[in-house]
Amino acid sequence: MTAAPDFLPVLPEMFLGASGMVLLIVGAYAGARAIRAVTWLAVLALAATAAILLYPAWTAGVTRQVSLFGMFVTDGLGVFTQTLVIIGSLLSLLIAMRFNEREGIARFEFPVLVLIATAGMMMMIAANDLIALYLGLELQSLALYVLAAFARDDVRSTEAGLKYFVLGAVASGMLLFGASMVYGFAGTTSFDGLAKLFAGGGAAGVGLITGIVFISVGLAFKVSAVPFHMWTPDVYEGAPTPVTAFFSIAPKIAALTLFLRVMLQPFGGLFGDWQQIIWAISVASMAWGAFAAIAQRNIKRLMAYSSIGHVGYALIGLAAGTAAGVRGVLVYIAIYLFMNVGTFAGILCMRRNGKMVEGIDDLAGLSRTHPALALALAIFMFSLAGIPPLAGFFGKLYVFMAAIDAGLPVLAVIGVLTSVVGAYYYLRIVKLMYFDEAQGAFDRPFGGEVAAVLLVCAVAILFFIAWPGPLLNGADAVAATLFPG
Amino acid sequence: MHVAAVFLPLIAAFIAGFFGRWIGDRGAQLVTCLALVAAAVLGAIVFWSVAIVGHARTIDLLTWIDAGDLRVRWALRYDTLSAVMVAAVTLVSAMVHIYSVGYMAHDKSVPRFMSYLSLFTFFMLMLVTADNFVQLFFGWEGVGLMSYLLIGFWYDRPSANAAAIKAFIVNRIGDFGFALGIFAVYLIFGSLQFDTVFAAAPDVAHNTIPFLGHQVDAITVTCILLFIGAMGKSAQLGLHTWLPDAMEGPTPVSALIHAATMVTAGVFMLARLSPLFEYSPTALAVVVVIGGSTAMFAATIGMAQNDIKRVIAYSTCSQLGYMFFAAGVSAYGAAIFHLVTHAFFKALLFLAAGSVIHAMSGEQDMRKMGGLRTLIPATYLLMWVGSLALAGIWPFAGYYSKDVIIEAAWASGTGVGHYAYWLGVFAAFLTAFYSWRLIFLTFHGKPRASKEVMAHVHESPPVMILPLLVLAAGALFAGMAGYHWFVGEGRDAFWGDSILVLPGHDNLAGAETVPFWAAKLPLAMGLGGIFVAWIAYVVETGIPALTARWLRPVYLLFLNKWYFDELYDAIIVRPAMWLGIRLWKDGDGAVIDGLGPDGFAKVTRGMAAVLSRFQTGYLYHYVFAMFVGAVVLVSWYVLRQAG
Repeated sequence: MTAAPDFLPVLPEMFLGASGMVLLIVGAYAGARAIRAVTWLAVLALAATAAILLYPAWTAGVTRQVSLFGMFVTDGLGVFTQTLVIIGSLLSLLIAMRFNEREGIARFEFPVLVLIATAGMMMMIAANDLIALYLGLELQSLALYVLAAFARDDVRSTEAGLKYFVLGAVASGMLLFGASMVYGFAGTTSFDGLAKLFAGGGAAGVGLITGIVFISVGLAFKVSAVPFHMWTPDVYEGAPTPVTAFFSIAPKIAALTLFLRVMLQPFGGLFGDWQQIIWAISVASMAWGAFAAIAQRNIKRLMAYSSIGHVGYALIGLAAGTAAGVRGVLVYIAIYLFMNVGTFAGILCMRRNGKMVEGIDDLAGLSRTHPALALALAIFMFSLAGIPPLAGFFGKLYVFMAAIDAGLPVLAVIGVLTSVVGAYYYLRIVKLMYFDEAQGAFDRPFGGEVAAVLLVCAVAILFFIAWPGPLLNGADAVAATLFPG
Repeated sequence: MHVAAVFLPLIAAFIAGFFGRWIGDRGAQLVTCLALVAAAVLGAIVFWSVAIVGHARTIDLLTWIDAGDLRVRWALRYDTLSAVMVAAVTLVSAMVHIYSVGYMAHDKSVPRFMSYLSLFTFFMLMLVTADNFVQLFFGWEGVGLMSYLLIGFWYDRPSANAAAIKAFIVNRIGDFGFALGIFAVYLIFGSLQFDTVFAAAPDVAHNTIPFLGHQVDAITVTCILLFIGAMGKSAQLGLHTWLPDAMEGPTPVSALIHAATMVTAGVFMLARLSPLFEYSPTALAVVVVIGGSTAMFAATIGMAQNDIKRVIAYSTCSQLGYMFFAAGVSAYGAAIFHLVTHAFFKALLFLAAGSVIHAMSGEQDMRKMGGLRTLIPATYLLMWVGSLALAGIWPFAGYYSKDVIIEAAWASGTGVGHYAYWLGVFAAFLTAFYSWRLIFLTFHGKPRASKEVMAHVHESPPVMILPLLVLAAGALFAGMAGYHWFVGEGRDAFWGDSILVLPGHDNLAGAETVPFWAAKLPLAMGLGGIFVAWIAYVVETGIPALTARWLRPVYLLFLNKWYFDELYDAIIVRPAMWLGIRLWKDGDGAVIDGLGPDGFAKVTRGMAAVLSRFQTGYLYHYVFAMFVGAVVLVSWYVLRQAG
């Protein structure tokens, strides 16, 4: 077996990891004056990774390819979600740049850590073995722990980092425990091997089941599904806002993809066993996210609950366990990416008299002080609430439809009901911005990158209805590959 | 030309209504008045060509509804009947428009007012030119809507709003009957086109349909249902309560409602549907009884009212009663004749009353007037003309039209006809009495108003007097001019096919042969009424108070309008209010809101508070939650496998 053809499929990951290390060296030597350069280079590296990832897919199409001795898999699902992860990371870097400078936490390690975390996520997505899964997960997690505590002079930020680290370690431990149980009872860590084992649909023993449960607990922690979500509000609130934005997007997408892959490929044969677990987690997440958010006064905490709720919606697609369900999840996370980046870009503009403000009430009267920003935020809020004709509506529509087709009408009904509750707090923000007495204006300027990101996201959300084809077809094709026959 | 006469007011209303802000008060007045004057001129020409020359025609505009068997057109049906109505409506309305320029000069929303007036006129024209029941209903409802808007024009007055709502709701009751009537027509004839229905009417004359569990005569039940609609719009006994309250609107509106555009709709409908009503003697008898009773009943109330406009309002109600029993004895021509003459003198009376009110700085109570004769002589004179016409004194218009109605009632020779005759005769006496009571109280005697008010009394501007002169001319000559065509020798040629009178029913022919005393009794009664009023209010002014004391119960009955409002209040309004409030507070508020929106919101907020309490911030709580979750999930799996 020659090495060269085997490495080609993992080129994007390798390139990204190498870029991260090179930039680390560049930063270390060049010091503080090169922060901007390093950031832009990181953006460039992400763009290049996307190009490397997409070029073969563009020219030759995507065929499932297992490499590195069965550790890695390259397939449609991977390419699709890796692209989304890269976009998320890239946008997060863009909106973070000025913020870090203004807050005095601009350090060249930031872009480097984002790159390494992204590389970890890509590995997670491409994992075809429990070991590879764990490696990718840890790579991204370790980078994220540091990022959470990035404002290291800030008590809240360090607290967030520490909490995330401890809880993340517990979750990793549980995942490892589960993986070892699976290995112990199944005798293999390879996804393909596991899939073959369970293909018969026979009953799995208690030991194996326990293993699977612990693996799902670890994954549920990463996507912050209830009841493993407790870290989310605290970490989201404490971490610097661009980091929160990054947290709420890229790792979520990666972890959800991993969740999909693990449940559907190695454990696909046990669908009947785990479907109800996912069902319960999904309902709990939707309900908790909707209800708990109402009591929040801090917009970042609110977004934390919002993301918990959205994970619940995405998991509906997984609970359906059909191609339509997977398509729903993929469409959902793609749309969610833009809604969330946009919202956080808006939150980054909330700075008054040189200090960040995070209270929901601080948005009052925004339509008079910053009409364009208020309009953009209103678009995101309406979309998050799932109001047609904005993109967020379609995200929900497809997962609900999938659930109904899969015979889970109750799940769809609960989803609709909780999104009604959720609409309350999203629309309250719109009401605050448009109908309440104006607070003082926010500091200007917001920065060109932030404005551009806001614009791109708002346009994407607003006009998705006009041109939904690429996303829908892409998600369709990907979903079809997961369910051959 | 035929189309323009109908649609000019609509266009004017559109311009004044939507662009009033830009064209200003003057512009709105100019546009609407010009449009209405043009429409009146066209209306006169159309009248000439259709009614006199005899070019009846129907102008198709477009197909409105085409659903299954139901086909409804938009068309303007121009026969003599509608031509008469168009001419009268546009003429009176044009005068009211011009008068409003002066009367509403100080109001702050002139364009809105002018726009409403024009739209009101348009809907009435739509009604009278209708070619089918649905179009008739469209105009009918439009008129109802506009009356609501105009009566409530001064929407900052609670009383105006109450009156507007009352008018709308009472009309709704009538409209409900009307709508049921239309359904019955469709059920029986399978069409809503006038021509089709009228042609088929003789064939179904004795058919029966099930109604409320009984087999009833098809045409009778249809006609009575339709007549309920007419009763509502034309304020007949039972559904009359809205009309006096409608005085809350500006005076030109009262004139328009009473003279041309609204209350006459019911009379018009009866004439238009004469080919149906003629086949139901029962329905006609009902019409006669209701009409005769209303004529009498409203006149008694008119005697005791103190508000100058209310007196005239009840007089309208009473005169409409005349028109109805005329229609009931198949003297449709006489009904329409009286409608037209009445339009002139009633508009005249209202606008003259408006001129009085204008002069008295808004005072409407006759007890606070008096002695205005020398101060506003032109109005005084015009009031006399109007009252003479109303009382039916020769040679004024009312003499011709009212006498022929009363004669026709006699000539019908039926029991109900004689009932109507005697009530009509007596009502004629009362009419004359209350008219001159009004004149004497207002214009004669010593001034009873405060000095400041009297000092301000002034004659109205020419823009208000001029239309009055036109109307006065109508009140003087319309009777003489129209007698031949409407009810005299030329009537058959004049009406042509637009009105059907079955051979045995031609009481207008019989009217020419009634005994001399029966024919001249109304005139004598009218003169008698004037004389009594003169005695009571000029010669011996103590008499009214004395009478009121002697006949106190009767006086109170009249003053309080036979307690109709109180009766309705007790048996309908208050129970409905009670039910509404209970449904609102207990049904909607406590049950639906309490368990629905409010309850959900409360539960949601409570849930949010509970859930956020889980978020303690302590790591070991979080880890504990994770382990609990894991244990629960494992247990679930294991139990599932076991079970």
